[in-house]
Amino acid sequence: MLFAVAGQTASAQAPPAPAVRFVVVLDAAHGGDDPGGRIQDGRGQAEKTFTLALSVKLRSLLAARGIQVVTTRESDSTVDPSRRAEIANHANAAACLSLHASDSGSGVHLFASSLTPAQPARFVAWKTAQAGWVTRSLALAGVLNSAFLQAGMTVSLGRIALPAVDSMTCPAIAVEISPERGPDKKVTAGLDDLAYQTRVAQALAAALLEWRTEDNQP
Amino acid sequence: MIPRYQTILFTVLLVASVVMGVALWQLRDRAHQRLLAGEDSAPTQAPEVAPSEQATLLVASDADSTLLAQTQSLPLPQDPGTRARAVLGKLLDLYAAPDAAHPVPGGANSVAQVFLLPAPSLDLPALSPGKPKAPAAPAADSQQTGPQLAIVNLTGAFVSSHPSGLETEMLTVLSICGTLHANLPRVTQVRFLVDGQPRATLAGHADLTRTYLATEAVPSEGAHP
Repeated sequence: MLFAVAGQTASAQAPPAPAVRFVVVLDAAHGGDDPGGRIQDGRGQAEKTFTLALSVKLRSLLAARGIQVVTTRESDSTVDPSRRAEIANHANAAACLSLHASDSGSGVHLFASSLTPAQPARFVAWKTAQAGWVTRSLALAGVLNSAFLQAGMTVSLGRIALPAVDSMTCPAIAVEISPERGPDKKVTAGLDDLAYQTRVAQALAAALLEWRTEDNQP
Repeated sequence: MIPRYQTILFTVLLVASVVMGVALWQLRDRAHQRLLAGEDSAPTQAPEVAPSEQATLLVASDADSTLLAQTQSLPLPQDPGTRARAVLGKLLDLYAAPDAAHPVPGGANSVAQVFLLPAPSLDLPALSPGKPKAPAAPAADSQQTGPQLAIVNLTGAFVSSHPSGLETEMLTVLSICGTLHANLPRVTQVRFLVDGQPRATLAGHADLTRTYLATEAVPSEGAHP
């Protein structure tokens, strides 16, 4: 009884807990000498152009919601996979999204690392650093999946070996945006469709807000 | 009276003619031998056609990101490496068809060779993206029955014409791995070369420097790779 009263007194006098730092890393894939795929749909732009535009749009949406964002590139510059992972790892991020685009398939494809989950360790191999985070990455994929489904979009989940993602020490997902297609495989919303791009960005922002809520829960 | 110098000249010319005749005769004989040797190497029997067998192909579909098992009847040689190449050739022929669910140009000639080696052990739990451990001198019987590493040598033309994208590239890689394992169950690991050389990615995304476990491509419930 005495201990309980003392505990209540101590908690009443404790300073308010500092706001939990929540940083999101946006990795616009490709860039500079590496154009990525050629998107035939629409204006035939390079994948690097689409991913940078999506990164800028998503950064604005997240900043407006009070989320701190770190990007791996802000212009058409070459950034190698190791440098992308370095940026993400230095940010100590709560979520890392590698943004891609492709003509093939339909809707949004979410990929977590195909590394076998391992216990997080103090020292990890660079090329398999993500192994300790795969479980959290799969949880993040689940949150993203729910957000895209709520937005009425087609979404698929998979695993992949990507050098940049495999070296990240944060919950990391590669997000590939493809045109929306109907049952007859005809495109109903192309990658050059601004409304479609906005829907994708808003769904990603909603998912990251949800992730922040889950991340703050004890 | 014939002058002496004419006699000497006639003799020299005669000897030269005889020598040249002998040389020509020998050259003719050699050419004849070469011709006969060429005829010997020409095929005299029609090539044997391997009997048709059932092969299981894991065919990718871009529409729903799945790998579906399909059974095809095709002539399969007995040699495992040639057999693996034949099966993959059929798979890539399906992808090169105009109405393919996973369109990739190239077809059967896109697989230059498939080499089968004793499988080395991998660093687990994380799949090693670098070099696998060197095999520790497998015993003769384990070489006959143990797990195998398949090295698939793709052509540069196939890789350069492959559509770029996370999903499409992974589906190609996983369908190749799964098809090899389905028809050659001893194949548990797969690595890729392009024109005999290591290559970083298939078309900008899927990592070709790592060893893939063939079981990664086995369709599970939901059939997502």
